[in-house]
Amino acid sequence: MNSLLTFPKGGVHPPESKEQTQGLAIEVMPLPDELELILSQHIGAPCTPTVAKRDVVAEGAVIGTVSKGLGVPLHAPAAGKIKDIGMSAHPVRVSAPSITLTVDREATPAAYPARDWQNLPTDELLARVAAAGIVGIGGAGFPTHVKLRPPADSPVDTLVLNGAECEPYITADHRQMLESPAEILTGARIILKILGIDSCHIGIERNKPDAITEMSRVVAEADQAGIVVRPLQVKYPQGSEKQLIQAITGRKVPAMALPSSVGVVVHNVGTAKAVYDAVALGKPLYEKVVTIAGQGIARPANLLVKVGTRVGDIVNYLGGLRPGLAKVVMGGPMMGFAVSTLDVPITKTTSAVLFLGEEEIDSNPHSQCIRCGWCLDACPMGLEPKEIGLYVEANRPAETAQFGVFDCFECGSCAYVCPAKRPLVQFVRLAKMKAKR
Amino acid sequence: MSKEQVSGEQITAPAALWKVSVSPHLKSRESVERIMWTVVACLVPPLILSVFIFGIQTLLITAVSVLSCVLVEAASQKALGRPVTVRDGSAVLTGMLLAFVIPPGVSPLLPILAAVFAIYIGKHLLGGIGYNFFNPALLGRAFLLASFPVAMTSAWLPPVEGFGIFAYFGASVDAVSTATPLAVLKEQGLAAFTEAFGSGASLYGSFFLGWRPGCIGETSGFLLVLGGLYLLYRGYITWHIPVSVVATVALLTWIFGGEGYFAGDPLLAVLSGGVLLGAIFMATDYVTSPTTRTAQLVYGFGIGALTVLIRLKGGYPEGICYAILLMNPLSTVLDGWFKPHRFAPPAGGGR
Repeated sequence: MNSLLTFPKGGVHPPESKEQTQGLAIEVMPLPDELELILSQHIGAPCTPTVAKRDVVAEGAVIGTVSKGLGVPLHAPAAGKIKDIGMSAHPVRVSAPSITLTVDREATPAAYPARDWQNLPTDELLARVAAAGIVGIGGAGFPTHVKLRPPADSPVDTLVLNGAECEPYITADHRQMLESPAEILTGARIILKILGIDSCHIGIERNKPDAITEMSRVVAEADQAGIVVRPLQVKYPQGSEKQLIQAITGRKVPAMALPSSVGVVVHNVGTAKAVYDAVALGKPLYEKVVTIAGQGIARPANLLVKVGTRVGDIVNYLGGLRPGLAKVVMGGPMMGFAVSTLDVPITKTTSAVLFLGEEEIDSNPHSQCIRCGWCLDACPMGLEPKEIGLYVEANRPAETAQFGVFDCFECGSCAYVCPAKRPLVQFVRLAKMKAKR
Repeated sequence: MSKEQVSGEQITAPAALWKVSVSPHLKSRESVERIMWTVVACLVPPLILSVFIFGIQTLLITAVSVLSCVLVEAASQKALGRPVTVRDGSAVLTGMLLAFVIPPGVSPLLPILAAVFAIYIGKHLLGGIGYNFFNPALLGRAFLLASFPVAMTSAWLPPVEGFGIFAYFGASVDAVSTATPLAVLKEQGLAAFTEAFGSGASLYGSFFLGWRPGCIGETSGFLLVLGGLYLLYRGYITWHIPVSVVATVALLTWIFGGEGYFAGDPLLAVLSGGVLLGAIFMATDYVTSPTTRTAQLVYGFGIGALTVLIRLKGGYPEGICYAILLMNPLSTVLDGWFKPHRFAPPAGGGR
């Protein structure tokens, strides 16, 4: 393991803080009374409801579709009755259109017997992925079937499976690799078949040695040439698509381009599991493994929850909040969104809900830039965050395009290292709104 | 941001409000304060040693310098309606460095004037920390050199005998003052220098340890290097600026600094004057130095070259102070020339 892979430029080492949940097996959370399904669960067009108020729906039934543009259907995570089609709290947009479902707790859970996929044509496999409503559940939420149909002018030769899980605290992917390694591998093989390629690299950071062992074991058992597990150094943001591709294949995805332009497609290990569920079992994506951690929650856990479960219901199930809670974050502590209410529902892309205590976060006020240049060293994209910050503070955000503000994927490495505690990601977001591409 | 009861019954609303802010929610433990106070701590050993080299009055001068820098910083910020940030240690550091670059025999009142110029005009009128494009401590020294040229170029003291740290305390400086090695070398030549300071290993040894006339904090090369190594270990500085400054001074002095070419003494050039203090603690000042590695190397080369130029051809025996001040405003220019390598520019060229 002396030649562990990683990306060469930038990156930071925040405390990993995974010990709280990495040993906790995935636990199925009992059905809550209500689910709130936000209609825009992913990048692209929001779903249009295909149900009306007071309709009775079965588990797995389609309740929303996208007729025009990029998108995937939305399914009922449980049997029940449509209570309302209205608005829900949303971590980013404050509120967003949604469907509220009153769960029928008496209904028999849907069964999904294994079915044959080996002999299906590629089109049919792809149709199953699209129909199951799968999006990249690592966080970006890009509809998966679109990534599985790369443009004809940029043929793909490599699949990278993202098991880096570089965000602190989160252990959801880790647990899935431990508990469902065969399913993840089968998902990867389905993706390989759809893409018509053989080469698959499964990238896992070495702070998950048991996951590396498990995945290596099932890969060895499958005995399919071309699939390899690649242990990675621990460095944030290794799970970022461009950094992971560079770490594993050495290829650099140009700015404003998709990974397919260098012949690579990246999928999260959790997405591979969802592809397995969809294709081999016929089960749509309506459940999600979510890490619940932080000093502010009574009982940390890795939970399998229905999409649409309110954070408040999770808190109740886990025994409530603890004193000293300072911040509730949907997602990881580096890129997640702080929320102001527990009414926010889980979406297909939620990987964690963190209840961070005062000692776990930083709330020092920021001061003037001292030009130490640490942000330049930390930036994995080779940008100059300090300059972007100075221009935004000087009310000249339109001029920040020269510093590559649109290359920034807001990993937060710069703001993490900044000794003046400057909100550099916030400056970048402001700059992106005002600068011209 | 309210925390009302949510759907369940078990949750009791905590008393305080939650924080909602932009990611990242984690920050490293480093801070401006930590950096500044660490550098201050690295300067304490050379300060203590200066007491045993030049006597107890070095402490007094340093104390006056630090105190006046802190007071001027607080007063400037009050006057300009900005938050007072003296706790961040940057004014303390400026005060330490300012005292380190003035002769040990000057009046303890001199740093007060320098502090006003360095902190009020050189720092806060330009926008405060981060916006000063000259190193404040060196600006203070340059101001003193222009305003009190006699004191600043003659109040040198020979190292005290034994532990006689009170030897110069309250004494008339004129009676004991001496000349710095570089001044002797420049004005009287190598023969006089060898007669005054010796030669060979004992010369380098005593110069490296600090037993020679010079500014308060510049002589103890050993402790300065030790402090620099600690800053390297902590990741507060990188090797690029100090090494390029020192290497350039050594190389150019070797080539041009002797009778004919390639006859200069590079080791003596580095161990005398303020090269080590300047290279390790002044040229690496974040605010006034470039941020990319290539720019740092060019910047260090520029400082080294200007230092040798001033020493050999200029009117002053020592040149690093002005060399750094001349390069300071070029930092942002160099940063503009030597940009970090972008991950991958857009396909088809163009930024």
